[in-house]
Amino acid sequence: MSEEVVQPASFAFDPESEAAIAQIVARYPAGRQASGVIPLLYVVQRQMKRETGSAWVPLKGMDAVAERLKMAPIRVYEVATFYFMFNMKPVGKFHMQVCGTTPCWLRGSDDVLKACKEAAGVTGYGQTSEDGLFTLTEAECLGGCVNAPILCVDDDYYEDMDYDSTMRLIEALRRGDRPVPGSVIGRQTSAPMGGPQVLTDVPGE
Amino acid sequence: MAKVTVDGIEVEVPNGASVLQACEAAGKEIPRFCYHERLSVAGNCRMCLVEVEKAPKPVASCAFPVNEGMKVFTDSEVVRRARRGVMEFLLINHPLDCPICDQGGECDLQDQAMGYGLDQSRYLEEKRAVKDKYMGPLVKTVMTRCIQCTRCVRFATEVAGVPELGATNRGENMEIGTYVEKALTTELSGNLIDICPVGALTSRPYAFVSRPWELRKTDSIDVLDATGTNIRIDARGGEVLRFLPRTNEAVNEEWMADRGRFAFDGLKRRRLDRPWIRRDGKLVPASWREAFETIAGKLGGLSGAEIGAVVGPLADAESTIALRDLMAAFGSTNLECRTDGAEIDPTRRDFYTFNTGIAGIDQADALLIIGSNPRTEAPVLNARIRKRAVAGGFPVGLIGPQGVDLTYAVQWLGAAGDTLRALATGTHPFAATLKAAKRPMLILGRGALVRPDGAAVLAAAWRIAVDCNMLQPDWHGFNVLHQFGGQVAPLDLGFTGGLSAGLKALWLLGAEPKQLPLDAFVIFQGHHGEAAAQRADVILPGAAYTEKDALWTNTEGRIQEGRLAVYPPGEAREDWKIIRAASEMMGKRLPYDSLEAVRARLVEANPIFGSAGFAAHGCSDLSGPMGDPAAVEDAPFVLPIANYWLADPISRASETMAECATVYGGQRALAAE
Repeated sequence: MSEEVVQPASFAFDPESEAAIAQIVARYPAGRQASGVIPLLYVVQRQMKRETGSAWVPLKGMDAVAERLKMAPIRVYEVATFYFMFNMKPVGKFHMQVCGTTPCWLRGSDDVLKACKEAAGVTGYGQTSEDGLFTLTEAECLGGCVNAPILCVDDDYYEDMDYDSTMRLIEALRRGDRPVPGSVIGRQTSAPMGGPQVLTDVPGE
Repeated sequence: MAKVTVDGIEVEVPNGASVLQACEAAGKEIPRFCYHERLSVAGNCRMCLVEVEKAPKPVASCAFPVNEGMKVFTDSEVVRRARRGVMEFLLINHPLDCPICDQGGECDLQDQAMGYGLDQSRYLEEKRAVKDKYMGPLVKTVMTRCIQCTRCVRFATEVAGVPELGATNRGENMEIGTYVEKALTTELSGNLIDICPVGALTSRPYAFVSRPWELRKTDSIDVLDATGTNIRIDARGGEVLRFLPRTNEAVNEEWMADRGRFAFDGLKRRRLDRPWIRRDGKLVPASWREAFETIAGKLGGLSGAEIGAVVGPLADAESTIALRDLMAAFGSTNLECRTDGAEIDPTRRDFYTFNTGIAGIDQADALLIIGSNPRTEAPVLNARIRKRAVAGGFPVGLIGPQGVDLTYAVQWLGAAGDTLRALATGTHPFAATLKAAKRPMLILGRGALVRPDGAAVLAAAWRIAVDCNMLQPDWHGFNVLHQFGGQVAPLDLGFTGGLSAGLKALWLLGAEPKQLPLDAFVIFQGHHGEAAAQRADVILPGAAYTEKDALWTNTEGRIQEGRLAVYPPGEAREDWKIIRAASEMMGKRLPYDSLEAVRARLVEANPIFGSAGFAAHGCSDLSGPMGDPAAVEDAPFVLPIANYWLADPISRASETMAECATVYGGQRALAAE
């Protein structure tokens, strides 16, 4: 773990988290609550987002999960550090994850990255802008290849991005807006660009 | 059973066995890093690849179950190529710093690289480096050498019962460690060093001390707890450099407790290495002759009733019998070994031994622990209990301080004598649990007998054993857990007569009685002197357990032979020889001049010394020890070992143990409360 991270002295689940935990734990049979470790880590990360504006999982939060699920703390650390979805150190208000894997890269993720750096004022991957608003992370395949390139902000996917749309998105975020997630070129789910190409006529109609 | 053909050799192995086990049954050695027969199977090192007929690619033999009629090839070209590939990958990020690595010469990776490694690397890129972790004062880490077999993670979680180690991060960044910096809270951490197949976890006290081929290896027995762990003493010249456990399935499997392993530097410090005699109130150095003459002059004028002998917890059987014979020559019956004041009934051997046997724990199905913390009194034995507890269907009840972490689930029944009484009368609900079990057992800590009503505690424990069906013709569930390796032999040799009042002379064989008669002439014989040596009139320097050929009786009553690894320092001598020489000076010459003759005398004194000392046995005579089970008082049970790291004179002289006590002291004291 990196030493420079300032860990909070304590962590306690708030009522909203408690409600979520009750729902999650109830999914698993008695004695198998440890299965809920990943959802509970998300609960911690979201609570941190609510409380501090930065979605990350502090050490005390992992300990709280371990205690709640009756696991050894190290087992929670192992899971939390394995998945890149859990931030082990504070991130900016907006966590931008740029997918740089082959399909996104072929469709212009370099432009998206460039726009992110310019508009958000972030120097590179793993960095946070000076105003503390934006953190840039390189993501491996986000699984949205058909609508590549993808820019994931916090939990929302913005699809079919290019340089200009990325600039606009970041400006909007900066203004406090939250544009509707999904394809920015109006694509219907993952249908072909420009509308359906096959099965356009309904037989018998 | 499944028939498997390994390289043309047909073997039969149980269904569910792994291919690796089948290969071993056929006498084929399979290289491995992550696989360890006492740990769960991880299957992540891929070194044990073998070819199986009709399988499309090599399979990891440690994790692949056998099939009827399976044909396995362990030395085909496919296998060799596969293993060479695995080895090349393992070595990519390995620093290859063997010349400065403490594992060098006994490293699995080094050995197997000789078989499957390339003579030069094809890897020209940067190697990864990993920051070293702090794992306490005993385990040194060089994590760049780690090949991530996760043996240590599995050992800590499964055997030691302290899930504190893990693999954090992933891929290239994966690291083994505790994540938050802390010393491992286990008394078995030295075993991590043994199971680590590379030089990532090595012994901190042994760092840069020696190479394995320089060492003289002596098989011996650990006496710093009563488990009787089989050890190998590695020495160079006249110096003991390290202890390693030896495999003995019936006793320690292949584990060893940290105090036994690391306290040996206490054998080099604060030693009594020459005789001393008290002149004008001050102890002054003397020669053996002067010391013996002083003793002879003093004891010569005394009658047997005025002389006594006390044996301490680290004394061997040979010196004990020699001292007994010497006392008999004086006509003295003032013999004692229970310096801690434990009310042990020596009339029957099964009143004071671990009758179930350490291996017998595996067969038990319920356990009651009375006034003992096996984790600190016998960590390896505790790991055995844990193994049984993890297997399930093993309720464990504890009467003793609340909040003691034994590394397995324990039902805390109560802290004091009233709970014991309730169990003895059958009114406590846990009695029903014990009665429902087929092979219940109880462990009575020796410390539980150190109280004014000790005899009643012993009787109450026996009463529970009788009432809860622990004593069967083929099962003996009554166990006393001692604390040190020399505590059972003197009981076998009748050092239980008690000391009469008004003794004029007292011979202490490594013993530290709580109170010494004020005006008595005290002879202290031993290797480390504490309060009793300060008070002594004559000090005779004896040999520690690494420095003599001697028999040791563990808590089971099992008699095992320890061998001389180095000679005693200075003028110190083997203890039975000192007593033999003193007897001659006093004109009461003992009739033996060789170790064989002393051992023959031991067998004559108690035929048990002619046997292994322990065999699985039942109990047909249910009549209990003296004492009234109803007379147990309400006082709480006090654990005898307050600080695990400083429990005996050798450990108290050890710098390693002092450091452990500093590091672990605080949290261990809290855990005991």
